[in-house]
Amino acid sequence: MSIRVSHLNKRFGNFVAVDDVSLEVDSGELVAFLGPSGSGKSTILRIIAGLETADSGSVFFAGQAADHLHARKRGVGFVFQHYALFRHMTVAQNIAFGLRVQGKSPGEQGARVHELLDLMGLAGLGERYPGQLSGGQRQRVALARALAPEPQVLLLDEPFGAVDARVREELRHWLRRLHDEVHVTSIFVTHDQEEAFSVADKVIVINRGRVEQAASPAEILDHPATEFVARFIGEANVYEGVARGGQVAVGRLQVPADGLPDGTPVCAVLRFYDLKFWKEDQGIARVARTMTLGDRVKVEAVIDDGPVIYSQFPRRSSLLAGIEPGCRIHIEVTLARLYPHNVVEGITVSA
Amino acid sequence: MRKLPLWLKLAAGATFAFLYVPLLVVVAYSFNDSRLNAEWVGFTFAWYRVLFNDAEMLLAARNSLFIALVASTCATILGTLAGLAIHRYRPRWLPLLVITPVAMPEILLGVSLLVFFIQVLHLTLGLLSVVLAHITFSIGFVAIIVRARLAGMDESIFEAARDLGASPWQTFRLVTFPLILPAVVAGFLMSFTLSIDDFVITFFTAGVGVSTLPLQIYSMIKIAVTPEVNAVSTLLMLLTLVLVVVASRLDKGFMKGGE
Repeated sequence: MSIRVSHLNKRFGNFVAVDDVSLEVDSGELVAFLGPSGSGKSTILRIIAGLETADSGSVFFAGQAADHLHARKRGVGFVFQHYALFRHMTVAQNIAFGLRVQGKSPGEQGARVHELLDLMGLAGLGERYPGQLSGGQRQRVALARALAPEPQVLLLDEPFGAVDARVREELRHWLRRLHDEVHVTSIFVTHDQEEAFSVADKVIVINRGRVEQAASPAEILDHPATEFVARFIGEANVYEGVARGGQVAVGRLQVPADGLPDGTPVCAVLRFYDLKFWKEDQGIARVARTMTLGDRVKVEAVIDDGPVIYSQFPRRSSLLAGIEPGCRIHIEVTLARLYPHNVVEGITVSA
Repeated sequence: MRKLPLWLKLAAGATFAFLYVPLLVVVAYSFNDSRLNAEWVGFTFAWYRVLFNDAEMLLAARNSLFIALVASTCATILGTLAGLAIHRYRPRWLPLLVITPVAMPEILLGVSLLVFFIQVLHLTLGLLSVVLAHITFSIGFVAIIVRARLAGMDESIFEAARDLGASPWQTFRLVTFPLILPAVVAGFLMSFTLSIDDFVITFFTAGVGVSTLPLQIYSMIKIAVTPEVNAVSTLLMLLTLVLVVVASRLDKGFMKGGE
């Protein structure tokens, strides 16, 4: 079932949680809401589920306005960050809950529970209590419980936030596979870009209650629509400057700014992987240190008369030849993204 | 556990002795084969036999149990509802209104209930007035225990029930109630012991016709502390102890202030 959200607004006291948000999710799509914490992404999800009411704006399911539908009539499965399992019920009773309150027969409930336990890799755990399961197992029970009444839409609020890194990785793959199998329209909320890009068909980047960009992962990586997206996604150097003669000077580094009139204030975002460093005695920067991060090496350099710049290379890259702290290097910018400069607050630039 | 210094152990021992030795003395004398609480003569169950043949005492015991049962049942229902309301709607004044009778000096509550029953309700004092009075001071305890239990729960389980299609009544029946049940039972037991033990408020609201165990004991010791009083006190103590232990087992938050 397709979902459309139109001009949604929500305030909590003076805090604007959702600011005129409109977005669309096609039927059968797996979409990620990606944004920093406090960006309003969970609130949008909760409004779609009917767990929260919007101050204004509408939610449409398959073209039908759902604003006046109570949460329990929306046919939406919701998976909570901290599982929200009923700890006084067994795994099987948890999964059967939605069918039980609909008045389905015990036989029907049992069959569906059995099917879901198998699908979730939880076979044999039906009689356990949630307290006897691991975090990853609990989250799968929560998923099974949400899927049991065969919802048209599945919403997941930071579903893997409460489990450790290795299990999280496993659950991601597993959510992707599950979605390919069940094909229910799904939205999950995350602040983890890797999670969003590796699992979702479409990523909707949300910041300060607004949609910054809604596109495929590749599109967002290659063509960030706003300065926020460029800063938030991937690892990048961010500089503020003024265009002059088709260039922006960052110390001795000239960043190409073709066609920009002189005096335009800009923000230049230089991705780590859009930079090339190589050793050259007449270079424009000096290497301060190198850091080995698994199979990659991160190089920190100081541009003459300018700020620090970072880049990252595969460990065996020929570009790394001779690069060591103290040596001078040349920098080539293969791709620079320039945005009209306006100050974005509250963003930590990964560098 | 860390090793405690000697003086701390002694201080603790003295404190516990101060708390429990008087109780133990009463228990010991209830088995003493002598009319006087003066010296140990020999072991006997005689005072318990006297007790179980004392018609007035038995009637008082029956009254006490009846009052405690009815009052704590009503207080549990009302207190649970109050606890749920305080948790759900976060009203500003309700907690204060519910909890005030708990903190109010008993003598004050006793006097005001007496005045209220007689002058406002024109009620004849008796079992009913005692039951009403006991409900009044028990509601707050139940509400506090139930609310503490609710406060420790993840709000999203109720949202999950709603999202899965449960009506408000189904959510209460299948999720909320089973989860707060230990607190509800603990609240009931707590009210029960408060009611069984209460003297001051009962004294003001019972009138002349009705006696309860504490009132009966009081009227007996006006003459002398007989071993029969020791015997009934011992039984009352035992009942209270059992109820408190059961209540604290049921609801960990009851003793430890949250899970």
